[in-house]
Amino acid sequence: MTRLRAHLDGLRQRGETAMGLFLTAGFPAPDATLPILRAIDEAGADFVELGMPFSDPVAEGLPIQQASERALRQGATMAGTFETAAAFRARSDTPLVLMGYANPVMRYGPSDFCADAASSGVDGLILPDLPPEESGDLEEAAARHNLSVTHLVAPNTSDARVRLVDARSTGFVYAVSVAGLTGSGLGEADATDAYLRRVRQQVEQPLLVGFGIRTGADAARLAAHTDGFIVGSALIRTAEHAWDDLDLTDSARLARVADWARSLKAGADATP
Amino acid sequence: MALPATLRTQNPDPKDGAGQPGTEKPGRFGDFGGAFVPEILHPVLEDLKAAWAEAQTDDAYWAEYRRLLKDYVGRPTPLTRLDRLTERLGGATVWAKREDLCHTGAHKINNAVGQVLLARRMGKARIIAETGAGQHGVATATACALFGVECVVYMGAEDVERQHLNVQRMRLLGATVRTATSGSRTLKDATNEAFRDWVSNPEDTYYIIGSAIGPHPYPAMVRELHRVIGDETRRQLADATSRETPDAVVACVGGGSNAIGIWAPFLEDEGVRLIGVEAAGEGLGGRHAATLSRGEPAVFHGTRTMLLQDADGQVEIAHSVSAGLDYPGVGPQHAHLAATGRVEVRTATDREAMAGVQLLSETEGIIPALETAHAVAALPALAEELGEGADLVFNCSGRGDKDMATISEWLDRDAD
Repeated sequence: MTRLRAHLDGLRQRGETAMGLFLTAGFPAPDATLPILRAIDEAGADFVELGMPFSDPVAEGLPIQQASERALRQGATMAGTFETAAAFRARSDTPLVLMGYANPVMRYGPSDFCADAASSGVDGLILPDLPPEESGDLEEAAARHNLSVTHLVAPNTSDARVRLVDARSTGFVYAVSVAGLTGSGLGEADATDAYLRRVRQQVEQPLLVGFGIRTGADAARLAAHTDGFIVGSALIRTAEHAWDDLDLTDSARLARVADWARSLKAGADATP
Repeated sequence: MALPATLRTQNPDPKDGAGQPGTEKPGRFGDFGGAFVPEILHPVLEDLKAAWAEAQTDDAYWAEYRRLLKDYVGRPTPLTRLDRLTERLGGATVWAKREDLCHTGAHKINNAVGQVLLARRMGKARIIAETGAGQHGVATATACALFGVECVVYMGAEDVERQHLNVQRMRLLGATVRTATSGSRTLKDATNEAFRDWVSNPEDTYYIIGSAIGPHPYPAMVRELHRVIGDETRRQLADATSRETPDAVVACVGGGSNAIGIWAPFLEDEGVRLIGVEAAGEGLGGRHAATLSRGEPAVFHGTRTMLLQDADGQVEIAHSVSAGLDYPGVGPQHAHLAATGRVEVRTATDREAMAGVQLLSETEGIIPALETAHAVAALPALAEELGEGADLVFNCSGRGDKDMATISEWLDRDAD
């Protein structure tokens, strides 16, 4: 069992909601990613997702698109992403998952990629444009290196396919909350609840929901049906505003991001 | 009603991209193809595959398609023997398949009509498309106007500028043109935006991909909707020469729709040389769009294909004076055909394409599109190689009206 799965199972047994936070590697500045990861870790993130920037991210809304573009413009590389992961791992046991697009991973070679990810302390992979049908090589390489592979379900995924995704995922299943891009608005509440309840019934692995969650209240509502939630675009925006505010010192910027993460967690944990 | 065999899909075997039932990897062309899409699009592609499979065996679908191609698009387009060009080149007899005479000025309308018919069968209320040169956008806007369907076309900001006439045409046809301002602001980025729209509107929206690219079943479907070009060519050449097949068929390759359309009926004829001409832009040492010549295997825009990319797998920015070829990827079947050597890949620079425009205009009174001009640029060498008595067909995929501003600029610059 991977560290990620053990960690999520532990939270589930204690009845706690898992909070996963996503940040693009190399964003908002090359030397800012690692301190932000550490700050959100201390502020209560149950796991972190480190985004591998890609030039053509077709499933992303503007915040992550722009973060990706900015990171690449500032010279982000896959080697740099692994270095960030390794530096994070040197001081924390919090699970770290890499998320991104298939091509950079295929280009690296699934086997080499998984080897280098594992030796950098990475716990799992999420590649939204690599569906189970196309994931055989990656799943095999990931298994050799004890990395989890998470597949996704969406509101229009059939029950049978939800079960396929559950069977093929290791670590957790990622439920996309809405037919839309990252950073889009949440879907209509009743339909989203019905969808998440339906998926919950089919999935045995830990189930986490993401896309469109901005606030603790959003998180609490959606995570009522799942084992936890993931927030990306809202963190990206928070970090962007802090780092683009030239009047702030770096420690003030980190404090702002940590406050945001604490408040998200508190909101998610508050019983309405 | 019985259909001519040429309008049916023959032998849908795995190398044909149709896939084997029950296999885990459908839609393969050798090592290429497949469907690499976010989960939200999986059921959408399943529905599309089912609808396309049903349409393919439905005589009524093909009857309506053929009727529109004849009465609306103006098919069959002529196969013109180019006597003055042949004389000028002093080698093989050169023939042009006149897709430039299609309604809207390029081959793109064949596919747009076929897919709008499919979208209607599927009950989709809204059509989206990406466009580079604007020809696919105009073709889609035209087919949507014909059926009164809502149409949104994504176009890169740079292309909006260099193909402004086509932007105006799309607007006149009632389409909404949305400008893609991310990345290289060309066809690649317009395609990204169209994917994002599709991901956000999977239920009511049908995405008409304009080239032989994208996830399964698009590459095979786009080929089948353009194979009428090759079927007509084969028949027309036989009528004109009593030869079954030509010696060579040349086409420009960006994403590869006109090329796969004219080649489809010749793929099994080993005696027919198939030559694809890519855009070498400023030269292969500089900025170019020669994906098959210089790219490497990748996963891009929903398929495994060849791609211009860097060591980290980031997509490189392509360049061609021709907006329709200015794309860092290529259709997966082309990647396969090039890898297996069935198709010979050549290149033409921006400058050579401009010379091609002049050559065809002066000798034959046909002003080709800049995309098409890349195929023209390959003709002199091929005519010589093949020699007298051989038949050399090129796909005259579009007319050059849309490019007059760019062409004039070049000619003025050259005159200085």
